[in-house]
Amino acid sequence: MEKIFNDLSESLFAELNKSEEAILSFSGENSQFIRFNNASVRQTGIVNDAEIELKLISGNKISGGGFTVSGNKEIDLKRGIDEIKRMRKDNEEIPEDPFLVKPANLGSSREVKQTKGLDFEHAVDAILPIMSGVDFVGILANGEMYRGNANSLGQKHWFETNNHSLDYSLVTSNHQMVKGLYSGGDWDQSSYENYVNKSKKKLIIMEKEPIKVKTGDYRTWFESAAVSDFLGMFSWNGISEASLRQGCSGFGKMRHGDSRLSRKFSILEDFTPGFCPKFNSDGEVASSSLALIDKGELKNTLVSSRSAKEYGLNSNFAESGEYLRSPKMLPGKLNQENVIKTLDKGLFLSNIHYLNWSDNPGGRITGLTRYACFWVEGGEIIAPIETMRFDDSFYRFFGDQLIEVEDSLTINPEVGTYGGRSLGATTCPGILVDSFSLTL
Amino acid sequence: MKLNVNLNGLLNAIDVPAEWVGLREVYEVHTPRMIRDGVPVINSSNSSHGIMVEVLVDGQFGYYATPNMTQEAISLAAKKAYNQAKISSKHAVYHFNQSARPAHKGSYRSPFIKDKNSISAGKLNNILLEAYNHLKVNDKIVSASSLCQIIETNFNFVSSNGSDIQQDFLMFEFDLSATAAEGSNQQTRTFGGMRGTCRQMGLEYFDKFEIYANANRIGEQAIELLNADDCPSGEMDLVIAPDQMMLQIHESIGHALEVDRILGDERNYAGWSFVKLEDFGTLKYGSDLMNITFDPTLESEYASYAFDDGGLKATKEYLIKDGVLVRGLGGKESQIRSGLDGVANFRASSWNRAPIDRMANINLEPGDSTFDQLISKVEKGIFVESNKSWSIDDYRNKFQFGCEYGRLIENGKLTKVVKNPNYRGVSTPFWNSLKGVGNSDTFGIYGTPNCGKGEPNQVIRVGHASPACLFDKIQVFGGV
Repeated sequence: MEKIFNDLSESLFAELNKSEEAILSFSGENSQFIRFNNASVRQTGIVNDAEIELKLISGNKISGGGFTVSGNKEIDLKRGIDEIKRMRKDNEEIPEDPFLVKPANLGSSREVKQTKGLDFEHAVDAILPIMSGVDFVGILANGEMYRGNANSLGQKHWFETNNHSLDYSLVTSNHQMVKGLYSGGDWDQSSYENYVNKSKKKLIIMEKEPIKVKTGDYRTWFESAAVSDFLGMFSWNGISEASLRQGCSGFGKMRHGDSRLSRKFSILEDFTPGFCPKFNSDGEVASSSLALIDKGELKNTLVSSRSAKEYGLNSNFAESGEYLRSPKMLPGKLNQENVIKTLDKGLFLSNIHYLNWSDNPGGRITGLTRYACFWVEGGEIIAPIETMRFDDSFYRFFGDQLIEVEDSLTINPEVGTYGGRSLGATTCPGILVDSFSLTL
Repeated sequence: MKLNVNLNGLLNAIDVPAEWVGLREVYEVHTPRMIRDGVPVINSSNSSHGIMVEVLVDGQFGYYATPNMTQEAISLAAKKAYNQAKISSKHAVYHFNQSARPAHKGSYRSPFIKDKNSISAGKLNNILLEAYNHLKVNDKIVSASSLCQIIETNFNFVSSNGSDIQQDFLMFEFDLSATAAEGSNQQTRTFGGMRGTCRQMGLEYFDKFEIYANANRIGEQAIELLNADDCPSGEMDLVIAPDQMMLQIHESIGHALEVDRILGDERNYAGWSFVKLEDFGTLKYGSDLMNITFDPTLESEYASYAFDDGGLKATKEYLIKDGVLVRGLGGKESQIRSGLDGVANFRASSWNRAPIDRMANINLEPGDSTFDQLISKVEKGIFVESNKSWSIDDYRNKFQFGCEYGRLIENGKLTKVVKNPNYRGVSTPFWNSLKGVGNSDTFGIYGTPNCGKGEPNQVIRVGHASPACLFDKIQVFGGV
């Protein structure tokens, strides 16, 4: 793939006129997907896919064009040249963009992660035997992923990785579920089987008859996976500078000084673990670390170069959509072993589901409990709870209602596969909240 | 550049000992253009082209999706798909035979008058810029945007048991958005909510809809909302406009009736369903006024087609008749697995994803009340338009939806505007509280380009058409 990217980018940049500049972004994968239901195979297959997105800049005009990379040099070059011609014509007709950002050559990079992944031919036999006797449902995504970026000034970045993720649920006879996510680069059969065995143990408590909890406010523990979902909302009308400027961010209260979060809440963008490339789709390389909210105060928003130009700011080389790519929330002091005792009476929520802003300016988020969620009383887990809807503001649960933060962090890999397999992860602890509102 | 592919030639060259082989070629071009705050922010065109090779081996389907459409590559893809299927066949959820891919021949072409090139890039930008100018009614509009996206799709399907299907689509998405703000008080108004305005049609769209008048209205309504009181809280009657009914139908009916969900395929991702296989034919889903159809035949609706991606011929069918659940959203594979009647809804987002049960056009059939009659029946209530927030549990029971624009209904009349109207409920009690269905004059055709489901994930286009509807005693509330 890297050779295709290199050859194609060089050939296409050679087609440009002197007055033109271009940025080329590459994304590809060779992935095996196996879908399971009832510990059997529902669907199985392989997707070989790659695409190129081009931006052509002529003066103060910019057009975009993208196409599928077939792997046939002549066809792909013809597709690229046709796109350049089409974009060139578009640029003759469309208005100028005063905020377009021209490419620069700030240095190149290459990062290739070598792993001993799970062989496509052996995946089913590796996954299924340990699942015997349980109602197992989920998806294995397995194989290589590629990202590249080049511009006509000679800058070039390449990122390549090979990993697997088995995103699954185990289901009890009374329809209660435990969530599991086994992911990584090297495949280790015994490590995988140990992980699954831990999931199976969690099923025991789920066999108890679920409790119906009344609506109202509850002291609540959120496991890291649930916190990760809340942090994900920051990427959607939240931490984006453009979103704030355009009046559609839930961070408005923090920006205008009307509200702040708890001193125990800090989050940064942290690229040091290498979950995803540091470079964005314009080939700009972000700092290894960027403090966003420090001890409850908004320090930085995500600022793309376009927003920087439009609003007179400095860019921190965020992606054009100004979403979090590798967020990390800092740990606190509560040890996992003391969580249930410290919670004493209330809700233990392992996962949450289907979040949406119910009042974006107020920071209010609605969603549902899902998977292993329990009622705790007297410092002990009593039983799972029936699904409940919540509706509460992050200004409360990350703010004045935040009692304590877990002292260790969990990595929650991004496993989305819309369009193609995603890269990235959210690293965060669990949190204990004094009051959290269930509404239905 | 679209490659010309001889799909039957590729099929004939495949040499694997499979019980069945199918090739599904998809070529799709998205051309979005957008003006935000007076300047162009998107002028782009992205094409995708590839083939999914699907084989049936020992009762198990396997696939290989590739953008390399040479004879050599497709033959190799078939061998790899064969291997995948063969390895998995001893662990198959269900052992299918060829009846899961019925043989059909035919074609479909979506209706349009003006093709995608009938308006130049420059002129489209000018139209969008002028729309933006009409959205920005005063300085309190801190951001406004206008967007159109043209989508062209060519779908070809051939199979070893004789299917040969061509379907060509020209589609159009349009949106206008204005955000008014003062400090942290901010309100956004759009043209149908969350890209709800999407149709199978050509660029005659610009002739049929009054773009600039609508832009002006949207800008004015954003300002109205900024100055409005919050929606009151309490149990009250609710009149829902078609551009919110579409979301209500989508989330609390459409997904709940997908048979693959009911069979448990989606439990790890989108979830299960409160509907059980034994509910078909008996469950009183809603009031007697409720008639829901799967209708791939409604002209210009976003997900009309003649065949699904498994080659099954698509026909209009009632899903819920006079409030009783009669049929599920299950394609041929789900029909075989469940033993239920279904519909032609086995659909994939593109060549690189395998088909699963999806919604297409799921509509609420019109009743006989005028809009004024619906409003006149309400002593105290809210009229809501245009979705802005949606959430529902993994069994499709407990939902909460937020709308952009609300108006109080007092003593049978629409009165003042309210902001942040939200409501929540549980699916079947909610639909059983349906007490008024608007007539065809209140009927609106909408859809969404962003229905997500499946592992691996797929986003697909769906259509929803509905009249305005009145619901009895719903839990309504406003913002913080």
